[in-house]
Amino acid sequence: MSGIDWLLLFEQAETTGLGRIIRESMWLFPVIQSGHLIGLASLGGSVLAVDLRLLGLIFRDQPVAAVMRTARPWFFASLGLMFATGIPLFLSEAVKCYFNTSFWVKMIALVTAIAFVLAVRNPLLGTQHTLAASRPAVNLLIGIASMGLWLTVAAAGRWIGFS
Amino acid sequence: MTGPVSMRAFVEWLAGTQGSIALVESLHMYPLIETTHVLTLMLFLGTLAIVDLRLLGALFTRVPVSEVTARVLPFTVAGFALMIITGLLLFYAIPVRTYESIWFRIKVILMVAAGINAWLFHRRVKRDRALWDGWERPPLGARLSAGTSLGLWAGVIVTGRMIAYNWFDCDRQPQPDFINWAAGCVVTMAELSQ
Repeated sequence: MSGIDWLLLFEQAETTGLGRIIRESMWLFPVIQSGHLIGLASLGGSVLAVDLRLLGLIFRDQPVAAVMRTARPWFFASLGLMFATGIPLFLSEAVKCYFNTSFWVKMIALVTAIAFVLAVRNPLLGTQHTLAASRPAVNLLIGIASMGLWLTVAAAGRWIGFS
Repeated sequence: MTGPVSMRAFVEWLAGTQGSIALVESLHMYPLIETTHVLTLMLFLGTLAIVDLRLLGALFTRVPVSEVTARVLPFTVAGFALMIITGLLLFYAIPVRTYESIWFRIKVILMVAAGINAWLFHRRVKRDRALWDGWERPPLGARLSAGTSLGLWAGVIVTGRMIAYNWFDCDRQPQPDFINWAAGCVVTMAELSQ
């Protein structure tokens, strides 16, 4: 990490054509941001569908793995919309982001949340094909951890605009 | 035109109350309430999307519709309550400008439309639900209702985000006549001649 000159990288990011077009337009930033917020609602739904199941609050008659399988394309589509809108927003104000603590908190939380979903939650629980195989305590912990991580990503994301 | 006049008097009175002044001037409360309002999108519209996507026949097609609504909608209702509480507080902090915001006005219209859509669904579409409760792809009426819901709420998100921008604010004259009319701006002669 220390070998990378992040500030230089972010300065270069800001000089990209896309970043400049957004910065010079009055409408583009808020319009893309609106798409980012629609993605937030959608991502929230795809995460909560699984996590509320893990907490035993919804889809009780469905195996955890089945709920995960159904929610997976929705989750990736939401994440895709978040990246498709989030990256242009970043490019338009990359240097501001470099000096913004909330931005770095969000990025660390985002990497952690994605890693948690792909490397912990899905492999651990995605193979339970019957209701009997689910262990409530583990499910509960994983569901709460997942919701906490995504909430941190979203809260830090909103806070970029305040600081 | 006593309606709009008394509404303006109300928001002007509201702006002068101690609570409103304290809230808009607070360093932490306003951003905290606003963040809660934004984050609740995940709970309110996220869970509503679960229901609507099921009604569209797109997701969770093996779960009967009645089971999805019975289990998921309580979370949607809780999210909606949090949205209304935080939203009213945000309005309370900045009453006059928000009342005169064209975006806020469109947002309210879209929310009323979403409410009517939900009411129609419960009254009419749901009546024969026992027939299609287990269908993977619910009938056209239910799918239309779900699609309308998703579209209207997406519009609420967009217009809600735009309230923060002052392009069409009443204190930025000249504005097109339509904007001044729709936003209820009181434009002085001096502003008009600018």
